[in-house]
Amino acid sequence: MAAKKQLVINTKWCKGCGVCAAFCPRGVLALKGEKIQAVQPESCIRCGLCELRCPDYAIYLVEEEDA
Amino acid sequence: MASKLIDKYFREAHLPHIWCPGCGHGVLMRDVAQAVENLGLDKDKVVLVSGIGCSSRAAGYMDFNTMHTTHGRALAFATGIKMAHPELEVIVIMGDGDASAIGGNHLIHAARRNIGITAIVFNNDIYGMTGGQYSPTTPYGEKGTTAPYGNIDRPFDIPKVAEAAGATYTARGTAYDARLTTKLIEEGIRHKGFSIIECASICPTYYGRKNKKGSAVDMYTWQKENSIPAAKAKDMTPEELEGKLVVGELSRSEFPELTEQYQKIIDKFQK
Amino acid sequence: MKQVKLMQGNEACVEGALYAGCRFYAGYPITPSTEIAEGCAVRMPQVGGRFIQMEDEIASCAAAIGASAAGTKSMTATSGPGFSLKQENLGYACLTEVPFVLVDVQRAGPSTGLPTSPSQGDMMQAKWGTHGDHPIIAIAPSTVEECYKLCVRCFNLSEKYRTPVLFMMDEIVGHLRESVELPEDGELEVIDRAAPADPKNAGPAYACPNGELVPVMAPFGQGQRYNITGLIHTDDGFPTNSNDIADSQVRRLIRKIEENRDDIITYEEKDLEDADTCIVCYGGTARSVYSAVETLRAEGKKVGIFRPITVWPFPEKELEAISGKVKRIVVAEHNDGQILLEVQRVVKDNCKVDFIGKINGTVITPDEIVAKVKEA
Repeated sequence: MAAKKQLVINTKWCKGCGVCAAFCPRGVLALKGEKIQAVQPESCIRCGLCELRCPDYAIYLVEEEDA
Repeated sequence: MASKLIDKYFREAHLPHIWCPGCGHGVLMRDVAQAVENLGLDKDKVVLVSGIGCSSRAAGYMDFNTMHTTHGRALAFATGIKMAHPELEVIVIMGDGDASAIGGNHLIHAARRNIGITAIVFNNDIYGMTGGQYSPTTPYGEKGTTAPYGNIDRPFDIPKVAEAAGATYTARGTAYDARLTTKLIEEGIRHKGFSIIECASICPTYYGRKNKKGSAVDMYTWQKENSIPAAKAKDMTPEELEGKLVVGELSRSEFPELTEQYQKIIDKFQK
Repeated sequence: MKQVKLMQGNEACVEGALYAGCRFYAGYPITPSTEIAEGCAVRMPQVGGRFIQMEDEIASCAAAIGASAAGTKSMTATSGPGFSLKQENLGYACLTEVPFVLVDVQRAGPSTGLPTSPSQGDMMQAKWGTHGDHPIIAIAPSTVEECYKLCVRCFNLSEKYRTPVLFMMDEIVGHLRESVELPEDGELEVIDRAAPADPKNAGPAYACPNGELVPVMAPFGQGQRYNITGLIHTDDGFPTNSNDIADSQVRRLIRKIEENRDDIITYEEKDLEDADTCIVCYGGTARSVYSAVETLRAEGKKVGIFRPITVWPFPEKELEAISGKVKRIVVAEHNDGQILLEVQRVVKDNCKVDFIGKINGTVITPDEIVAKVKEA
């Protein structure tokens, strides 16, 4: 059985550009203040597009056992 | 606290990087790491050389043998490294001004020699580090602090320049399309001779503001909507392609690689 | 029985470089140094080394530094206009502490000047040509044999102190042909840069613990994986804006040369025991001076020679001592008074300082020096 992936946000590195939120296909992410947050984590399909697009490596998926 | 890829290929103590919010360079730098990961290269044998400018700060962040050199000269330093040590995998990251203005001569000659170096140009169409002056790739009519009334120079098409000079692999990716760009960089590294991958970046801070391009999100969206795959572009007219980004592999040709040719000369004396 | 060979100065420089272990040369054609590039093009592949003709002088300097960063002893050579172009990356090598040897076969300037004519007009450029405060080592050969042996020394100093070394030849010695007694293997000392025993587990590349002045780092490709930058940097080679680090870093670079002056500086003293007049000269100029002193001595004149072989750092202690013993110093050089300034700075009022120089592209003759010394 494939391990489930989990979304991790490193707010220390997030510069609040909003790119991950804008291109998230399920509206999971939103800027709160100047940092990104998973406002609808239950909608996340773990596609990883946010990780690919984040210029600051502040959001990524990890295998659950690694989390 | 970072993904496995970042853990493996970055000097994490020095992150976050100095680039502005939304800057395309961060995405492109990750693409370089992903390409190296996909190829399974030995980090100890990878040399990353950069010039001067925003793009060239990449060297400091990436956990290879890294050399942040002088403005425009990255390919010349890299040529020395590759020539003396062909066993090393030499990757060069430059900016648009770095590669095609002050370093233009080095670019055409590295291409002409077909030395086995992978050149990656983070092209944001502007001099960012110095605050937004127009560069050789700033589109005609666009503005920079030194083109306050609009740019009257024609822009370079860097892959075309490199191809004409003899580069045996040329390609263009975008910061928007990370998967494509990673694949193109991977292919460039795998290619034996001189390869160049122009990566269309975005500079929301200087280029974007000066030219009213909106936010970083708007600029990535523009890339998404204006990228034309090279195969499709073949059937389009120059007018239809005006202002578009032709992406993908653009050219490929065959010529003996420089250091292999030199090795044959050395071998003559080893008998 | 030693092998003796008739060689040109530029050719001797090439052979000296090979003896020192130089295995990479990058260059661009320029008179009167071109024979060095031509010689390296022939010789490098014969010894398993590599030669490349780059697109310009700047690139040649860059390529030499790049090859050296990957561990190969490297050289580039040029002449006046090319020396100007190389200044950019010369400074880079100073700050990044990448060893390499830069040969300048000086010709008459300014600008394109007189390409095939002798000059020593680049001596101050050697010291101050690249921007910012930095130390430099510059060595000037006077004979073809010195073009060989001092080239080996240039590499040794470069490797030992991890700094670029300038080999300040001139058209006189570069194009001169003389017999050279070729040193046998092992006869001359050859120094290789220090490296950590275990590169993969070595500390920060630029760290200088315990007051050491020269960092010990592995070449690229051996597992240490550090950053090299022309920006002021931390011990791991990462750029910093720290004013404290800027101060300590540049001061260390200066100190690593200054505090090793006695190891770096060599000079020749000739006929100075009873001299009341000392001629200060270096490089090709010394040849006319030797002849002039012979003539003057035959006439009973008490004239001697002080010849800095290491011109930068300048042998100031040694010259100061001489200036307290003689009545007069005459500086002879093929420029309008460059090392003269350094001599005046060192000598102060200890004795009279006179000057004979030429900037018309001809050689200062022994007769002219004799006449100058005879002037009251």
